[in-house]
Amino acid sequence: MREWFRSGSPWVWLNAGAVSVCLVMVVGLILLIAFRGLGHFWPSDITQLYYLEEDGNAHRLIGEVVDHEQVPRERIEDLGASLPEDVIVVDRYLLKIGNREFFGIDFRWIAGPSIINQAHPGHIMAIERHEWGNLYGYLVGLKENGEVIHSDKPNWDLLQGRLSRKHTLSKEIRHVEKDLVGAINYRMEKLRLKERGLELEGIVDRAAYRHIDTERAHLQDQYDQLTQRLAELYEAIERDSVVVEIADEREVEVPVAQIVRAYQPNHMGLFDKLHFYFTKLWEFVAEEPREANTEGGILPAIFGTVLMVMIMSVFVTPFGVVAAVYLREYAKQGLLTRLIRIAVNNLAGVPSIVYGVFGLGFFVYILGGNIDQLFFREALPAPTFGTPGLIWASLTLAILTVPVVIVATEEGLSRIPRAIREGSLALGATKAETLWRTVLPMTAPAMITGLILAVARAAGEVAPLMMVGVVKLAPSLPTDGNFPYLHLDRKFMHLGFHIYDVGFQSPNVEAARPLVYATALLLVLLIIVLNLTAIHIRNRLREKYNAAE
Amino acid sequence: MLPSSRNRTRIMPKEPFASSAERPLRTHAVDISLLSRSDSGLRPQERNECLSVKNLNLYYGEKQALNDISLSIPEKHVTAFIGPSGCGKTTLLRCFNRMNDLIDIARVEGEIHLYGQNIYDKGINVAELRRRVGMVFQKPNPFPKTVYENVAYGLRIQGIKNRRRLDKVVEQALKAAALWDEVKDRLNDSAMGLSGGQQQRLVIARAIAIEPEVLLLDEPASALDPASTLKIEELIYELKTDYTIVIVTHNMQQAARVSDYTAFLYVGEIIEFGYTNTVFTNPKTKQTEDYITGRYG
Repeated sequence: MREWFRSGSPWVWLNAGAVSVCLVMVVGLILLIAFRGLGHFWPSDITQLYYLEEDGNAHRLIGEVVDHEQVPRERIEDLGASLPEDVIVVDRYLLKIGNREFFGIDFRWIAGPSIINQAHPGHIMAIERHEWGNLYGYLVGLKENGEVIHSDKPNWDLLQGRLSRKHTLSKEIRHVEKDLVGAINYRMEKLRLKERGLELEGIVDRAAYRHIDTERAHLQDQYDQLTQRLAELYEAIERDSVVVEIADEREVEVPVAQIVRAYQPNHMGLFDKLHFYFTKLWEFVAEEPREANTEGGILPAIFGTVLMVMIMSVFVTPFGVVAAVYLREYAKQGLLTRLIRIAVNNLAGVPSIVYGVFGLGFFVYILGGNIDQLFFREALPAPTFGTPGLIWASLTLAILTVPVVIVATEEGLSRIPRAIREGSLALGATKAETLWRTVLPMTAPAMITGLILAVARAAGEVAPLMMVGVVKLAPSLPTDGNFPYLHLDRKFMHLGFHIYDVGFQSPNVEAARPLVYATALLLVLLIIVLNLTAIHIRNRLREKYNAAE
Repeated sequence: MLPSSRNRTRIMPKEPFASSAERPLRTHAVDISLLSRSDSGLRPQERNECLSVKNLNLYYGEKQALNDISLSIPEKHVTAFIGPSGCGKTTLLRCFNRMNDLIDIARVEGEIHLYGQNIYDKGINVAELRRRVGMVFQKPNPFPKTVYENVAYGLRIQGIKNRRRLDKVVEQALKAAALWDEVKDRLNDSAMGLSGGQQQRLVIARAIAIEPEVLLLDEPASALDPASTLKIEELIYELKTDYTIVIVTHNMQQAARVSDYTAFLYVGEIIEFGYTNTVFTNPKTKQTEDYITGRYG
């Protein structure tokens, strides 16, 4: 035994063990969130069952089994279910019954022993809606303008036809509302600000306002036309409705305009399900959220996160590099530089919420407030930059991450061999020329390393962002077709905050939980992608400047 | 009357050097027989003076590294500094292009004149001085750029962008450094891929591309194998027709082979300075003799 200790192998085992533990934790984390998150989009079978309620009567329930656990009988008895004497442990199931507007709840725990007559009828149908979540039931018929349609075709095919008509229409409505009307509103607002600006300058001559008035009248004309068109579109889209028999045997009418998609999972084969799965997954990545973020996609959050990180990089890299160059190359190395270095390193350890407070106090109120006073007087009292927004969030994170870039760049600068600098100086280059032409290009890999660390930290930061620009639901993306295309003053959505919001602020916990995992997975993937890109760039640079280190 | 053609046969006979490996052991570190035939009648004073050092003292903090150095380096000849490690050869060499300015604790007193102008004057543009006084270091230090860009570096610093002119100078410099034939097909490959000897000739090409007046060589062959060393030495021989060369070397055979004048330094002082032949065959001081015969150092 002593020999074994002497040989040093315990040390090797300890090291290897630590690595394995890390590895297991990382893989476990990814697997857990991937499994929980990605499973949500699979179209699971819909169960129809009769359930013995407290009153002794059996009621029909329709829904998806989303969870299952075993509990001691006492807990079920609390629920009021009557159980045989000899049972100690009872299965219970979480059933997603949907139809929130009719039942009040859309998830329900049921006790296993009280289930009778469980089945998976093929023509049972799930309807995904823009509001009120899923609806489960049997398709009874379709109505057009309130009249029941009689047709040779089966109702199901008829419904799919109506749905594709609805999709075309709603796409057009969206285009008109978001792009056309949005642009007009934007220009109207600009006109209003222009007018206000003229008033502030004290111009009373009506002639100065004339072209504003004519343009406004022109826009108003366009607007009226668009409203007319919208009204027609809405009338068209609201023509159809479907009649569905829901679990308690009521027949309810659902407007087709409300339906995102209707499907019969019990009928679907593996390939249909796969197709459905990837459609849903794509929707999650590429669409906007619905229903207080518990349905639909998270595109604005992805977009906001990426954009914010990119803007942050644009600020943090030059700033950090310049600061590092000064500290390492120009400043006299002494007590003061030592103190500055210590301060910079400590900045990296300041809790991020503190940066949030600073960002709000300095950037938003002082800087933004002054910008508004100087350049956007006509919009006051409504703030333009004097309110949390994308630019301030990016700047706050830039300050948060600048120590990382400084430290990494300094490290890189100190690794450039003296011989290289002297070689350049001996050729008649000044210090600045040596820096620009030789030292900085060779330090580029180290700068990118710093940037990688900065991006990784910034993309995962939530707390400071809540103060300086992140919102639960941004009405519009920070980029659109209106000049100047990139709106740095707008509020934005962020994946990290989205996780917090969906997980903890959601009115519908059960519906939101899988999305928390899915969003978390996406955030991790996003950071991995950002990092891999940066690492790829760094490796290319390293190759270029190999053997120099 | 330039003595170059005579010097070639006299100081640098190819045959004995090339076969130096097989040569039997000698008692002297330097094969004096190589030098004994010499009868150079030139005096340093007869040459045009390029660099002149006057009462130079250099301190690293409290420690004095160079002690009251005065010497005169003639134009278009090779001057070698020899001496034991730590004697101040490299320090002295680095004074000629003010490389010691980069060392915070180094302090220089005295004067060095380059064609009559004191390079330690306040108004001197150090970058311009270094353009006129090129330097090659002990270890090859090419930039992690292409071969072409390495040679063109000094020109680009001067703001020369004309591609045709750059091409011409790069080719000339590489030819002058006897490297052109080896790299002409890989001008756009990284210089880091060249061998040590090629790299060292590359940095010489880089230095002469900007046509300096003086070339300082700090043990240019110490990191190289014998074949590369031979090439470098041949190169030095070629270059002295156009450049004033000052070389620091530990290898006394090398000093004897390539230099016209030799200065022997010991603990920051010049012990002896004169014709290489004289210094090696008939040293004036005991210290010099002991050193070149390998008794210490």
